[in-house]
Amino acid sequence: MKPAAFDYIRAETLAEVHAALAAEGGRARVIAGGQTLLPMLSMRLARPDVVVDIMRLPELGGISLEDASIRVGAAVRQAELLAWPPLAEQQPLLAAVLPWVGHAQTRSRGTVCGSIAHADPSAELPLALLALGGTVELSSKRRRRNVVAADFFTGLMTTARVDDELIDAVRFPCRQKGHGYAFREFGRRHGDFAIVACAAIIHDGGVTFAVAGVADRPVARDYPALEDGALDDALDALAWELEARDDLHASARFRRDLVRRMGRETIDEARRCRA
Amino acid sequence: MSRLNAGSRHRVRFTLNDEPIEGEAEPRLLLTDFLRHVLGMTGTHVGCEHGVCGACTVEIDGVPARACLTLAVQVEGARVRTVEGLAPEPGKLSVLQDAFRRHHALQCGFCTPGILMSLDNFLRNHPRPNEAAVREHLAGHLCRCTGYVTIVNAALDAAAKLRQTGHA
Repeated sequence: MKPAAFDYIRAETLAEVHAALAAEGGRARVIAGGQTLLPMLSMRLARPDVVVDIMRLPELGGISLEDASIRVGAAVRQAELLAWPPLAEQQPLLAAVLPWVGHAQTRSRGTVCGSIAHADPSAELPLALLALGGTVELSSKRRRRNVVAADFFTGLMTTARVDDELIDAVRFPCRQKGHGYAFREFGRRHGDFAIVACAAIIHDGGVTFAVAGVADRPVARDYPALEDGALDDALDALAWELEARDDLHASARFRRDLVRRMGRETIDEARRCRA
Repeated sequence: MSRLNAGSRHRVRFTLNDEPIEGEAEPRLLLTDFLRHVLGMTGTHVGCEHGVCGACTVEIDGVPARACLTLAVQVEGARVRTVEGLAPEPGKLSVLQDAFRRHHALQCGFCTPGILMSLDNFLRNHPRPNEAAVREHLAGHLCRCTGYVTIVNAALDAAAKLRQTGHA
């Protein structure tokens, strides 16, 4: 398994990245950590003419707190965010999710924004971004724009990013006082892709509940404060709504059951964590 | 900005096991193939070639990484360590390597270079690991011979020895 031939651009400025993406459009792929792109290149699921390396741009590095959000630049590796000292205090859901992203040996290279860009339906970081109501910052030669997570993930590994755009950063809203956060995942082995992953946020208005691994993209729902029976009914309805399919790893029925049971456990845990 | 054309070979320079090194690579060449075919460093093994098995794990700029998920041109200017860099001198094993031998932590040896590189890095950053932490770190590697028990024992023993001697 070897990648097909491509030109490699080692960019040093944002203007160079924008120019390359404007010129090459859909024939170009951005490489950051490469932990998802390299398998796709090797299996020839992706055959770009040009690969643009953005890891030497200092302006894309860095984690910062801005407007009650954690802003994570495009060159920030997953391990770097996991090791960021204020993480658990600022956003417990992200701190819970990150150890489930790949393995230590891939988090060391893989980037946070790269996972968002790839938009795998079972990936943890898109789930967290959606559940928290985060934002994706995009830039191109033409414009800059911010897209909220609910509008960003548009289908199976498909996003609202257009060909000439670069993801500069993503923003995860910080923890809010009085909210409770929880995350659970079921897979055959730790580090495997999730069969089902759930995130729950308890707030005054009720619960925001999000699921990955079932539909073609992560899906979030807001429920008002429900009685236990009504909550179980809502989760059952959601389990059917997601149109789970059978695959090699799990049956549709098993996935629906995970949404019901693990979903409820996740919500209960978020209630207990409410501070 | 530099643009490396698809069809040509381009010079790549980096530090390999503390020595400056250079070779030529097409942009599409994986670091595994660069190490093995261009440089003749065959200690790094190639298993699944899509990042799952961990056999090709090396250290890039101080962190464990899959060489098969890395392009050779990406490591320009980086510090790379491979299994060839573990032994302190010819004929002498590192503490971790020695623990692997004593505990029979390998049978066929195919996965061993990657696991050694992962654990070498892990033990430097976690001098007092418990079994669960070692097992979680090993989750990034596949071994089809040992059942992992002897590998875990070797890692914990090496950690204890490293704490006594204070160096690798």
